Amino acid sequence: MSGVRVLVGTRKGAFVLTSDGRRDDWTVEGPHFGGWEIYHLTGSPADPDRLYASQSGGWFGQLIQRSDDGGKSWTTVGNDFAYAGDVGEHLWYDGTPRPWEFKRIWHLEPSRDDPDTVYAGAEDAALYVTTDGGQKWTELTALRTHRTGPEWQPGAGGMCLHTIILDAANKDRIYVAISAAGAFRSDDAGASWLPINKGLRSGEIPDQDSEVGHCVHRIAQHPTRPDTLFMQKHWDVMRTDDAGASWREISGNLPSDFGFPIAVHAHEPETVYVVPIKSDSEHYPPEGKLRVYRSRTGGEEWEPLTRGLPQSHCYVNVLRDAMAVDTLDPCGIYFGTTGGQVYHSADGGDSWAPIVRDLPAVLSVEVQALP
Amino acid sequence: MIRVVLPAHLKNLAHVTGEVRLDVTGPATQRLVLDSLEARYPMLLGTIRDRHSGKRRAFVRFYACQEDLSNESPDAPLPEPVAAGEEPFIILGAMAGG
Repeated sequence: MSGVRVLVGTRKGAFVLTSDGRRDDWTVEGPHFGGWEIYHLTGSPADPDRLYASQSGGWFGQLIQRSDDGGKSWTTVGNDFAYAGDVGEHLWYDGTPRPWEFKRIWHLEPSRDDPDTVYAGAEDAALYVTTDGGQKWTELTALRTHRTGPEWQPGAGGMCLHTIILDAANKDRIYVAISAAGAFRSDDAGASWLPINKGLRSGEIPDQDSEVGHCVHRIAQHPTRPDTLFMQKHWDVMRTDDAGASWREISGNLPSDFGFPIAVHAHEPETVYVVPIKSDSEHYPPEGKLRVYRSRTGGEEWEPLTRGLPQSHCYVNVLRDAMAVDTLDPCGIYFGTTGGQVYHSADGGDSWAPIVRDLPAVLSVEVQALP
Repeated sequence: MIRVVLPAHLKNLAHVTGEVRLDVTGPATQRLVLDSLEARYPMLLGTIRDRHSGKRRAFVRFYACQEDLSNESPDAPLPEPVAAGEEPFIILGAMAGG
């Protein structure tokens, strides 16, 4: 193991942080694409030097960038994200129908074994795939045209498809999550989709058993236990052990029922991390204390991790794509804040230190263990 | 030969500095200039105008000869000094946002 590379997308560019396996001295490179929002920056598990970035801006729209040398140089690839076939309509905030309108790519999920194959989650919600390294993107239309699609309604951040999990054990199984429609599973590589929202409870919505309409913030899976998923949603942390057929709440003693990211320890499938955020409107840590919470029992019992994190006057947020784990031993945990800090722990969360403190607001954090 | 001035972000994307000079076949119009620009710099596809509708992106503006041409027909002839290469066709990111 030669080290780790942390890929950070921010409101004003992309940054690449590197260290050796000890993870105590860091090099910070960037910004790449300065001034642009980088919603997601990630690498191929099959080729660590193949990186993809989702670059967007209010002026010039959406671009996808690709690097073949670990982020040293970048090439603009295809950015044609058309809705295929009948565009159709979904619900708008006021309850009226509105045609799907492409805004940006929130999340890129490279294939586990092919660096040229990448899935992309869009706002307005749609799932795309490329098999030629990003030149051509094809919509997997069965998701957007699902019979429940016309009922989907955006959350405050838009109707974004923000989570894509390519199942570690079954190459035909894909999970996605859409804010605020809910979670969906495909068992046939995206040809058809099943809403998997049974057991989710969502505030004051009239029908708690509604098939869709649940505001899922993030889902995480451990590769050795693929039927167990952990979910941070608008209210509560949830768990399924049957691939989403049913969910149960595992919020336990967390200080808040709200938050965005959730991650699973690389070697312990029952060890889970969340960052509770105060209520659903204030969006900062309770009491101004930035605390990661860890459960070593798969939920219910949570311990605050505070060593090295600011415990007073801290009012940052940690967004849904801004937490990641590496595969080293001991496992490293990383997260970025809207205050521009990227924190890491090289000991499973027991202690934390900032890698860098003054970046633009962090939108996404991914980590690669380099061979 | 048509001279085109790009905003800084698009210069970076296209890996150019200074003005872009394009040979446009046929009468100089916005559409032909932008077609020619995108053909030479395909990384700009979708950044100035929508790829499918061809509409100018909302916060992009076109200027030439002290005139705002943003809302002109894409097929209207550009001013003669632009067609003659004496004045540049200027693409700007509008003042908006924060």
